[in-house]
Amino acid sequence: MNITIQDLRFTYPTGLDALKGISLNIKSGEQVAIVGQNGAGKTTLVRHFNGLLQPTSGSVIIGDWDTQKHTVAKLASRVGYVFQNPDEQLFSKDVLTEVAFGPKNLGYASEKINALVKRALALTELSAETETNPYDLSPAWRKMAALASTIAMDTPIVIFDEPTTGQDAANVGRIANVIAELKKAGKTVITITHDIDFCAENFERVIALSKGQVLLDGPVREVLAQEEILAQTYVDPPQLTRLGKRLGWPEPIGTQQEFLQALSRRQPKQA
Amino acid sequence: MAFINIQNLTYQYPTSKAPVLKNINLQIEQGEFVAIVGPNGAGKSTLCYALSGFVPHFFKGELSGSIEVAGRQSSQSTLSEWVLNVGLAFQNPFNQISGAKYTVFEEVAFGLENMGVPRTEMQVRVEAALQLTGIADLAQRSPYSLSGGQQQRVALTSILVMRPKLLVLDEPTSQLDPIGAREVFNTIRNMAKDGTTIVLVEHKVEWIANFADRVVALKAGQVLLEGKPSEALTSDLLAEQGFGLSRYTSTAREAKKQGLWKKDTLPVTLDEAVEGFKQ
Repeated sequence: MNITIQDLRFTYPTGLDALKGISLNIKSGEQVAIVGQNGAGKTTLVRHFNGLLQPTSGSVIIGDWDTQKHTVAKLASRVGYVFQNPDEQLFSKDVLTEVAFGPKNLGYASEKINALVKRALALTELSAETETNPYDLSPAWRKMAALASTIAMDTPIVIFDEPTTGQDAANVGRIANVIAELKKAGKTVITITHDIDFCAENFERVIALSKGQVLLDGPVREVLAQEEILAQTYVDPPQLTRLGKRLGWPEPIGTQQEFLQALSRRQPKQA
Repeated sequence: MAFINIQNLTYQYPTSKAPVLKNINLQIEQGEFVAIVGPNGAGKSTLCYALSGFVPHFFKGELSGSIEVAGRQSSQSTLSEWVLNVGLAFQNPFNQISGAKYTVFEEVAFGLENMGVPRTEMQVRVEAALQLTGIADLAQRSPYSLSGGQQQRVALTSILVMRPKLLVLDEPTSQLDPIGAREVFNTIRNMAKDGTTIVLVEHKVEWIANFADRVVALKAGQVLLEGKPSEALTSDLLAEQGFGLSRYTSTAREAKKQGLWKKDTLPVTLDEAVEGFKQ
């Protein structure tokens, strides 16, 4: 299901122009990271995808639905949204009820609901916490519960707003695994993140926003190598990209594997 | 006598089934900048609460051992006395913003109002704090109209303005872009230089190596390791225990296995990695 955004502008009631003419096409099944400085308009942009915000002008089309002609409740069947702050999202008495709420609300058959809930809990490694009150979980695990409750809705498009904030290495790995599974299932994944190493390792396409406009948009390696342009929106390239550049290597490096391959290519041949 | 002296601290929340902190012993000098690292559930935030008096005064629960800051025992102080010396920036800035104020300026002034600081001094201190954290341009905005990262800076500013002797920061840059994070780290580094003691929970290992004096690694409520950032953050122990490490460290460790990293020590920062891989 494609997302088509045409000349999207949004002004908050306070008069703040948060989005100043954004046009984008995101194709079905793409894995897109959105990066950029604080206040660039990242969250404002993605909140248009499920109708939480409505354009001041321009349009957002999800598949064949114009977000201005459908309710948030209806759009929820196409776009799942995991909030930056899980406390804005969680409300049930236990994790199982929380995760089952979304798919139930979408009117799926009970067998399908059970399967989706089971899979979401397994992917987030929350299967042992079904009876726990979400507010008895640590903040990091509340974020995982919010993530589970959204992916259980099985929407073709899933949005994560800063999923790795406050997570340790193990949970960042779990989130990367969730994204890989969603990709395998053909879902579109759109993630806002400041964790640029995570971005380099898990996404194909990167959109850099700056002051309500698109600054860069393209394949991850190419975008993240644009050190000078990224600096305009306060994004540092990933650690290994910076290291490759400092070593004077021309090819863009994103992952440890790419780095080690580039390194061994440069070793003098043993006589 | 150390500025912070934690002895045999064991603590359990009223709802937890087992201790969250287990026999913690920790001494920190005045003006020291200490970073706490560890996986989720290690007890990092609980240690922050213990240092800032919320454990046990607010959360109750069972505590044994002692927490001393600036010559005072936590057990013999009330929370309102304790917060005059110790400021805590919560992990989630949404929890910190009072909800009682219309502008960022008023929000930052809130703590000083409660401390009874005279109006003219308050004005000066709030303006200086807003400058220090780079949010002077947000002064007249509503805290609720700000982005997550901007709110995080407001929450931090509202603590800095009270000039605590001990500043406890629970992931203060988790939602900030790198420029914002660098400014925050520079600000707290300078405060440490001026004698403020800093205890910081942080996942960004490269930043810790560039800014902190010492690392304390927690796991399952216990101190696993402490030491200089360059040593602690490259230790095999932390790698084996699944701690998040710098990509420079993990890549060099892998390169070493393949004979492509020649030095004995592993890098944490970009400069160290460049130097080692150039050889």
